[in-house]
Amino acid sequence: MSKRTISLLLILTLLISVALFGCGNGGQGKVADKSSDQKTAEKAPTDKGPATKDVILATTTSTQDSGLLDVLIPAFQQKTGYVIKTIAVGTGQALAMGQRGEADVLLVHAPEAEKKVEESGAAVNRRLVMHNDFILVGPPQDPAKIKGVAKAEEALKKVAAAGAIFVSRGDDSGTDKMEKGLWKKAGITPQGKWYQQAGSGMGQTLNIASEKAGYTLTDRATYLALKKNLRLEIMVERDPVLLNIYHVMEVNPAKFPKVNTAGAKAFADFLVSKEGQAMIGKFGVDKFGAPLFFPDAGKKDEDLGLK
Amino acid sequence: MDIIWQGLQKAARLLLAGDAEVWRVTFLTLQVSGGATLISLLIGLPLGAVLALKVFPGRRVAVSLVNTGMALPPVVVGLVVSVFLWRNGPFGFLHLMYTPTAMVIAQSIIATPLVTGVAMAGLQQLDPRLNRQILALGASGVQTFWLLLREARLSILAAVMAGLGGVISEVGASMMVGGNVQGQTRVLTTATVMEVSKGNFDVAMALSIILLLLTYGITLGITMAQQRKRIS
Repeated sequence: MSKRTISLLLILTLLISVALFGCGNGGQGKVADKSSDQKTAEKAPTDKGPATKDVILATTTSTQDSGLLDVLIPAFQQKTGYVIKTIAVGTGQALAMGQRGEADVLLVHAPEAEKKVEESGAAVNRRLVMHNDFILVGPPQDPAKIKGVAKAEEALKKVAAAGAIFVSRGDDSGTDKMEKGLWKKAGITPQGKWYQQAGSGMGQTLNIASEKAGYTLTDRATYLALKKNLRLEIMVERDPVLLNIYHVMEVNPAKFPKVNTAGAKAFADFLVSKEGQAMIGKFGVDKFGAPLFFPDAGKKDEDLGLK
Repeated sequence: MDIIWQGLQKAARLLLAGDAEVWRVTFLTLQVSGGATLISLLIGLPLGAVLALKVFPGRRVAVSLVNTGMALPPVVVGLVVSVFLWRNGPFGFLHLMYTPTAMVIAQSIIATPLVTGVAMAGLQQLDPRLNRQILALGASGVQTFWLLLREARLSILAAVMAGLGGVISEVGASMMVGGNVQGQTRVLTTATVMEVSKGNFDVAMALSIILLLLTYGITLGITMAQQRKRIS
């Protein structure tokens, strides 16, 4: 055999072995066993593990980008043996996945839209998990002079009047819905060159706003987590309308029989459990000196001033 | 600019320190894209040979379809594969959504036209008399196929590189059908997108560098095999 043929054969063998291993990984439970977090695999109860392990969590980008899920999910997996598949998308898409029965449990932050999904029967058992707040951030030069304005609507009016760049999520996420609501309250239909729709997650949108020296609406958690890379400062905060409330909902098994009900319930229960709530309350304190989320389990929407 | 330097340092640290997560992501990238390339070769080479060498009605339409397929946008493939694999979709019972297998399927669909197209072009460049002569010497169809592949090996290796390069660098389909689930379907490209949106530019840069090194390593191997004859 020539050297060429040998090296060719070597490459082919490599490809084949890699492929066989790769394809052999398919199937529901097996994937989890093989490649889930090693710690989980070691410590998870092997013989009394749940029947269907995979739980699809459709959630907003802020819970992933802020790093909260990196704390909550390993703890949950280790405790229960379930394997969470996090699909971090905008709240709009997460809710749509729930409405199509393509997810098991939803962790989202758009109360009005959530209620509609619940009323449609696609999701059940909606429970309050935590809140933080939205803030308006902008470039230090503050071209629209909105720093310290008390009312978010007033600030937006000023931004529009000044024609200062405003970067919108533009992705139908919870933050995007909140922002659209604020513009509506301000009586402005934002359009024109100054109003730019990023169509991206929160982290990416903040990066864009920072680069373009524009204003944007963000949840506080993602902003604090990314602050070190951003040339953006807090402009407007603590307006009661800027409350950002997260609920967990389980996708309705009566409507979608393929849903992993037990897994969804276990995860939702974990989020509102003492343990889960304590983890949420502590998250970020070591890194930012203040919590990023405030646990709210057991409270009602009205307690937070929500209708 | 310093972000590139930071990325290089980070990449070296992650690789040398044996960061389990990074190795897992790198290995999965190899598995998924390697597997998809292999499947695309198994389908694409025979298909390319038939299109290059046989004359049959509708051949031109088929060739134009393959050429269009070479420009298939990965996100479109991702979306279509998702619709089929969703658990309420036609193949939902297979439970493949958000698994590495789903990513292999999507990437195979992306790579197959690439492999077919490049292989077809290579085989068409061979002297048509060669084909007739091999057949005249009494070779079977399969033997002819192998002999012609050997003759066109430079193009065939280019086809391998085109296929692999197309899928290992792809992010749209992998994100959609894989979901970038940690420890399960996170590959180098989807991890890079996520780290950028987390604002960890150094980690994102490190992952990019690892991806480039990986691609370069594989391509180097193939190129050496391809060019050996030229040198000797």
